[in-house]
Amino acid sequence: MVNLLSLQHLTKTFGGLTAVKDVSFTVEKGAIVGLIGPNGAGKTTVFNLITGNYQPDRGQITFADTPLNGLRTHRIIMRGIARTFQNIRLFQQLTALENVLAGCHYRMRSGIVATMLRLPAQRREEQQAVERAQQELAFVGLNSHALTVAKNLSYGDQRRLEIARALATEPRLLILDEPAGGMNEQETEGLIGLIGRIQQRGVTILLIEHDMRLVMRVCEKLVVLEHGGKIAEGSPDQARSNPQVIEAYLGVEDEP
Amino acid sequence: MKRFEPFAIALFAALLAVAPLFLNTYQVDVLNSIGLYALLALSLNLILGEAGLFNMGHAAFYAIGAYTAAILNTRYQVPILWTLPLSGLIAGLFALAVARPVVHLRGDYLLIVTIGVGEIVRIALVNDVFGLTGGANGIFGISRPKLFGFVIRQPQEFYYLIWGFVALTIFLFLRIKRSRFGRALNYLREDEVAAEGSGINTDYYKLAAFGLGAAWAGMAGTLFAAKMTIISPESFSFWESVVLFMIVILGGAGSIAGILLAAFLVIGLPELFREFAGARMLVFGLVMMVMMVVRPQGLLPARGR
Repeated sequence: MVNLLSLQHLTKTFGGLTAVKDVSFTVEKGAIVGLIGPNGAGKTTVFNLITGNYQPDRGQITFADTPLNGLRTHRIIMRGIARTFQNIRLFQQLTALENVLAGCHYRMRSGIVATMLRLPAQRREEQQAVERAQQELAFVGLNSHALTVAKNLSYGDQRRLEIARALATEPRLLILDEPAGGMNEQETEGLIGLIGRIQQRGVTILLIEHDMRLVMRVCEKLVVLEHGGKIAEGSPDQARSNPQVIEAYLGVEDEP
Repeated sequence: MKRFEPFAIALFAALLAVAPLFLNTYQVDVLNSIGLYALLALSLNLILGEAGLFNMGHAAFYAIGAYTAAILNTRYQVPILWTLPLSGLIAGLFALAVARPVVHLRGDYLLIVTIGVGEIVRIALVNDVFGLTGGANGIFGISRPKLFGFVIRQPQEFYYLIWGFVALTIFLFLRIKRSRFGRALNYLREDEVAAEGSGINTDYYKLAAFGLGAAWAGMAGTLFAAKMTIISPESFSFWESVVLFMIVILGGAGSIAGILLAAFLVIGLPELFREFAGARMLVFGLVMMVMMVVRPQGLLPARGR
């Protein structure tokens, strides 16, 4: 299999705290990979390193055979990585449609002058972007909420809207940070179906999730972090039977 | 409410169009002031209201436009209205140059820096920088604007020049608002990290907001210079920046209708209560305080707030 994303010996420290310590793993093209670990293990920091929100102190991030180190976040998004955030970061006062249009932004061309003159090309581009955004809203099941202001959406809908915004950038790799966080059982079921459909579109997925049922059902590979370091990498079954992982999650077993 | 909006706008525009026929020269002059402030507040709104960048030094860009026009006109005899694009360009470039190193600052920090920029520009003008600005006395003898051979002199004539420019500005800014560019500014205001994470070059759009807002303020400066025929640094004090900031916040950041209303209130009301001279600023300050407590979103907030 071809690696779409590969992290080599990533290290990131904040002051005296080593948040990520010599972490290496790969994400194969077309796969769904889970990044798991107890709270504070450094999972979100890894995501922030991939999307350029932080720069690594050491190590290399390679996406589709090109290094990402030193690129600004919007450049990385333009290369084909999109993400959602652990604590939902929507444009709260804007409509769902406007939120998704943010994802279409970098593929559009029209500048200030074309806008002021409302050139035919600019109008066509706007129209196409709106259609594109509507498609993504329909894809995540929010087509009836296109004109709803984001902050008025339910929690689960806000998570799905974030996914639609990310998909509108037409990513090759989608990074989801706790997509099921705060969802009820029914919403989680819907999310599992949605993740499957995203994979069918040919998008590779890397996700952080605490809901182990979701992780075990959708992920083909797991990477387990603890205290900033990688303690396991492999199939869900391998990870589940790894003694270090069991210890990290449950503490040392008492039973003989 | 929404159904009556087009009628309200048409009625307002019609009233403005015929107003000079029924008003005396003083009243028309007040309306001219309101128009200039509306223009400046609309330009500040791009930066403060749409992009959410705290700028309390907007008078600096206004001053640079006015002085560019005055210098070109008095020294090089360039017709004053011809200087309009160049004043806008110079003010815009100046804004890009000063904003480049500081746009990464957030909120109150940016506010303090922009106050500093406003003061530096004002003091530079007082000190007759490069021997061009005429020091504290400013520049006088700016020629009257000429439009298609017609010389604009009377306040009634300036009225149509100024409010015509306001109308054009609203027309263009509404287009910007409903475009990729306008949305990018809103994304910045709402959540910078999410904007950058959606593929938007946030640094570029912050600078673009400053550049365009300042360019428009610069053109307003040209109209001001043409109207006054004399300009001096005291017209571009810190207080002007504060008033503009106030108009945008009071009207409802991002709301064009709100900003027009606030320009009428903030500039027009003190004129109505001239008799109370001393007390009017007191009343004004109190009104502002009450407003911020009971209606912090502004008089006519942009939708969804």
